[in-house]
Amino acid sequence: MAEKKLTIAIMDAPYERATTTTAFRIVSSALKKGIHVNVFAYEGAVSLSVKDQAPHANPVKGTTVEQEEHPTTKEFVRSLLEIGKSSPQLAWVNCGLCVDERGAVSVIDGVKRGGPADFFKMATESTNTLVIPTK
Amino acid sequence: MANYVFIESRDPFESPDTSFVLDTAASLKKRGNNVTVFLVQNGVLAARKEARRSHVAQLLDNGVTVLADDFSLHERGIQPDEFQNTIKTSSIDHLVDLLVQENTKAIWH
Repeated sequence: MAEKKLTIAIMDAPYERATTTTAFRIVSSALKKGIHVNVFAYEGAVSLSVKDQAPHANPVKGTTVEQEEHPTTKEFVRSLLEIGKSSPQLAWVNCGLCVDERGAVSVIDGVKRGGPADFFKMATESTNTLVIPTK
Repeated sequence: MANYVFIESRDPFESPDTSFVLDTAASLKKRGNNVTVFLVQNGVLAARKEARRSHVAQLLDNGVTVLADDFSLHERGIQPDEFQNTIKTSSIDHLVDLLVQENTKAIWH
């Protein structure tokens, strides 16, 4: 049976919508099923993998950073890249122009820079493509 | 005949354009396609029996398969006896299975 590959385009910036969580869940599930995944992060989604994200304490609840265990999107991306480091493989590509606009240059290891042509190639080589737009 | 998977993340109270999914899904079903609507995030709010303005009943009347994401239901505290019994509880794993079927088009709303 031919190997399957899913391409997903995401656009939402981190910490704004439940859609980011759903996209992470889809990527995780696909990888665990042995399906290769391409992610093309466009617009605000290029900030999901920004290296300088830091967890914080919660002054309202009076919890420390350690107690709060605040999840950052860069750690979710890092975990997904770890699952998809060989086979099945996860390719995570940030739109270069979107990166430059936002100054989101410093990203975690494994995230590549690309453009719409890369997304087109990903889509044509995939079993299916899911575009998750902003609202 | 093709497979169509609509992923409905919006609820009909905040987003009046959810009728787009009803109209398009029902039309594709009438043309002989396999059509599934997967409710996720606030989209699952429309699955409740008491939800007014929900298009779910019309989707079911048109022969469209309607699934509701278990994680989203759980997050919102929606119990099994609260949603329409013709809607099946599903999972993100099942959604992925649907997405990688041959000849399948996926539409996120």
